Amino acid sequence: MTQELILETRGLTKEFRGFTAVDDVNLQVREGHIHALIGPNGAGKTTVFNLLTKFLPPTRGEILYRGKPITGMKANEIARLGLVRSFQISAVFAHMTALENVRVALQRRLGTSFHFWKSERTLDHLNDRAMELLDEVGLREYADVLTVEMPYGRKRALEVATTLALEPTMMLLDEPTQGMGAEDVDRIVELIRRVARGRTVLMVEHNLSVVSRLCDRITVLARGAVLAEGDYASVSADPRVREAYMGSEAVEEGASA
Amino acid sequence: MATTQTLTPAMERQRNARLRRGMLYLVLIAVGLAAPFVAYPVFLMKVLCFALFACAFNLLLGYAGLLSFGHAAFLATGGYVTGFLLSSYPGLTPELGILVGTLAAVVVGTLFGALAIRRQGIYFAMVTLALAQLVYFVFVQSPFTGGEDGLHGVPRGALFGLISLRSNLAMYYFVFAVFLIGFAIIQRTVHSPYGQVLKAIRENEPRAVSLGYNVDAYKLLAFVISAGLAGLAGSTKTVVFQLASLTDAHWHMSGEVILMTLLGGVGTLFGPLVGAGLVVSLQHQLAQSPLGNWVSVILGLIFVLCVLSFRSGIVGEIAKSVRKNFK
Repeated sequence: MTQELILETRGLTKEFRGFTAVDDVNLQVREGHIHALIGPNGAGKTTVFNLLTKFLPPTRGEILYRGKPITGMKANEIARLGLVRSFQISAVFAHMTALENVRVALQRRLGTSFHFWKSERTLDHLNDRAMELLDEVGLREYADVLTVEMPYGRKRALEVATTLALEPTMMLLDEPTQGMGAEDVDRIVELIRRVARGRTVLMVEHNLSVVSRLCDRITVLARGAVLAEGDYASVSADPRVREAYMGSEAVEEGASA
Repeated sequence: MATTQTLTPAMERQRNARLRRGMLYLVLIAVGLAAPFVAYPVFLMKVLCFALFACAFNLLLGYAGLLSFGHAAFLATGGYVTGFLLSSYPGLTPELGILVGTLAAVVVGTLFGALAIRRQGIYFAMVTLALAQLVYFVFVQSPFTGGEDGLHGVPRGALFGLISLRSNLAMYYFVFAVFLIGFAIIQRTVHSPYGQVLKAIRENEPRAVSLGYNVDAYKLLAFVISAGLAGLAGSTKTVVFQLASLTDAHWHMSGEVILMTLLGGVGTLFGPLVGAGLVVSLQHQLAQSPLGNWVSVILGLIFVLCVLSFRSGIVGEIAKSVRKNFK
């Protein structure tokens, strides 16, 4: 394939007091792909994720975004580059309405976010755009509902809408289907497929059936290092991956789903 | 910009809330204007100064989620600077003295904030406490504060050089105006684009970061506004009582403002006003009664009761029951 690399890590390493959580990871994410990061518990997926989104500083190694190093940047700065992350536990602003949740993401571009002397009514013209985004994830009727009162699956959808408000070039999703019932999982899978058009997605995911349905490319981590990389068929056929997952049913189950 | 907009229920609700708030302000202003004919103006001025102090504190705790244990430092900075200027330069008008005192509190607040904001929770509280103790020490030692004696006989002067503030009634209306300005600044801050981001940060800080907000800068601004308004309260208080003393700089004062805010209702607009009114009244009443020596004990008991049984404070509890019964 000739697609360009959008995100790349070189020798990415994270040590916590002598324990190496992430060991010399070289990850390459191509533009336009839905790329999954999978691996058994404790493989270092979330740590890699936090390193990429600058929520943790790496011990060694480099992170490049479109060929430019972003290793030294702060978490809020990379969001401004268009790299926006989600969280494992749904990250919403609980005591704000769904509309306000999205609007707070939209308002950053106005450049008035430090203006404490202006009325919040100056934000009202963002409401239409916020509604469009809510519509896109099927939450129009929740616009005026306080987020704390929304069901879990809807909160995750709201999170996606909030992320889309930033018009990200790349979305980093941390276990988007975690803790969900089957119905919600299907809805989120569809949603991710839809919003991934024209974007790059890197996701950490436990649910292999989700991965098999969505992802163009998969990186398997085990004990902090890259074990295998490729499309779903080749990765799931890899005996080392099967061994890492112990008992290998998980992989087969996912393939047949 | 879209000028014709469909009014969503939320917008309608917001508009109703704004109307209700507007009504409340009108009532507040009416009560404030009439109050000195019912109650003793000096007592009312004390309540208003502490209410402004508590409102400033509430902006930080209730809307930014930051518990400062050093707010006395800003109250005292405002008080001492204004007291010193008005005593030393008889030509200076009180409003200028108050303005400079407030700016001094803003400067100290910026320094405190820049140092403390990087820490969270209890560490943030400890850093602010430590810095406030440092300021206390400076005030004890500096010649311009009068040390243990404090500054006495600060002249009230004449507002804009025109209106004498010697009469308590004139002074009262000036203090009331200052309070309203401070209150309006807080109102606007809470209901501004900035207020929205502040709320988001309080609700979920990592998420606010991931949306591209530099949260430390937003917190710092909240801290500085809060410190400035606390300074404004201190400056005004000095003019009213013609006195600046170490009591205002002591950590007791930092604790008292926490008590007022929690008692009235943290994160509510009128809570700090109610809390300050209650605490000042109690102190005032108890000081004249045989229980005079027990003020701290009684306040302590009320505090315990408040934390145990009505955690959202008086105004918070009322708001809750109103919401429950009128939904």
